[in-house]
Amino acid sequence: MAPNTLTAAFLIARKDLAIEFRTRTAFFSAAVFALLGIVIFYFAWDPTAVSAIDLAPGVLWAIFTFSGLLGLQRSFGIEQADRAIDTLLGAPIPRESIYLGKAMANLVFVAAVQVVAIPAVQLFYGVPLLEHAWALASIALLAAVGLVAVGTLFSAMAVNTKLAEMLLPVLSLPFFVPIVIPAAQATARLLAGRPADEIVGWLKLLIAFDIVFVAACMLAFPFTIEE
Amino acid sequence: MTTLSPAPSAEDAIPAKRAGIDLLFLVAVLAIAVALVRVIYFTPFEAIQGPAQKIFYLHLPAALDAFMAFGVVALAGIGYLWLGDLRLDRAAESSAEVGVVFTTVVLVTGPIWARPVWGTWWTWDARLTLTLFLWFIYVSYLVLRGAIDDRALRARYSAVLGILGSLLIPFIHLSVYLFRTLHPRPIVIKPSAPSLPPEMLTTLIISFIAFSLFYLALVRQRYRLATERDLLELEEGR
Repeated sequence: MAPNTLTAAFLIARKDLAIEFRTRTAFFSAAVFALLGIVIFYFAWDPTAVSAIDLAPGVLWAIFTFSGLLGLQRSFGIEQADRAIDTLLGAPIPRESIYLGKAMANLVFVAAVQVVAIPAVQLFYGVPLLEHAWALASIALLAAVGLVAVGTLFSAMAVNTKLAEMLLPVLSLPFFVPIVIPAAQATARLLAGRPADEIVGWLKLLIAFDIVFVAACMLAFPFTIEE
Repeated sequence: MTTLSPAPSAEDAIPAKRAGIDLLFLVAVLAIAVALVRVIYFTPFEAIQGPAQKIFYLHLPAALDAFMAFGVVALAGIGYLWLGDLRLDRAAESSAEVGVVFTTVVLVTGPIWARPVWGTWWTWDARLTLTLFLWFIYVSYLVLRGAIDDRALRARYSAVLGILGSLLIPFIHLSVYLFRTLHPRPIVIKPSAPSLPPEMLTTLIISFIAFSLFYLALVRQRYRLATERDLLELEEGR
């Protein structure tokens, strides 16, 4: 990977984040969506049958993928206006750097939503998530990398189809299964105070997913660009 | 990057003789009939499960062929991205559609067998869950195909999804496998010899061959349809 690739990727990520920082529309809608999801899940729950500590991890990671989708949808959507994508494609930079830059911006976005969602789950469900802040942060990071790797690629594809935004969840959600299951399982074990080696196995699965799909999606990205 | 390649030749056009009976299809249907007769009349009952176990001879061959079908989708996808030959894309398209049908067969026969034997129609067992997600992935593959008008773009996107889908399967398998599984340990495909009485194994193999022929016949039919559709689109100047 040429150093040029990374430099260009950082520039693209900075551009996307600057747009987001100045408008804040997507972040606010995703954060509010996450909070709403967390609250609505509460009413589907019988606290006498399932304890909060068993339910909270599932809620957290299900909401994580859904609110992540909101941000991913915009990733290539904003480039559609005035065909801004053509300028990106015309720039003398490797195609991979477009993918990497978009993915980095999405990663920041998803992580920012998590910063809102995790304390909210702690508050509304009364589970001590923040006591395990570092462990939880590493699970969240590993999960976010996988989610963003796949989601960024599918976002690039979905905008060029007739169904546009509707297609992204259909394509992405099956790919989020091996993210949600290990993340929820690891979080549940963390909350239950299980020994670390029960958690490590799930983390390895997340790491393997990240490695395989970051590499595969980066290789596949140049094929998804409409010339 | 791609045109309808190779250039539509006389061979690619639709010769009238194809309108007749599809011999491969006929053979496949006959083979399935033979396999069913053998399953019903010439294969012993399983000692504990009784007649219910006979659905196994539909269930497993359909599952194996579904997996094969999705393997073909991934390989054809790799081939397409490499060579840019639309024939490979048509093969992937055909194989995915037939694979979804076979997976549906697996998902229908599974619960029918599970009800008397496990006492439940559905359970979140590892292999069941995997098959369900397999079905979801390839249904979304078909949805994706339907959502793109541009022929070359449709081929490229489908290839990407077909390849990523095949990479996803081991991960779904691993993550759901760590939940407890109700399925028997592998009985047929395992390093040591299959632990199945010889009569049952023979029936299974016959049934597998019949299903595989059926798969080939369906894919071939579907492939021809795709070719004709592509030619039509080309004539319409799309």
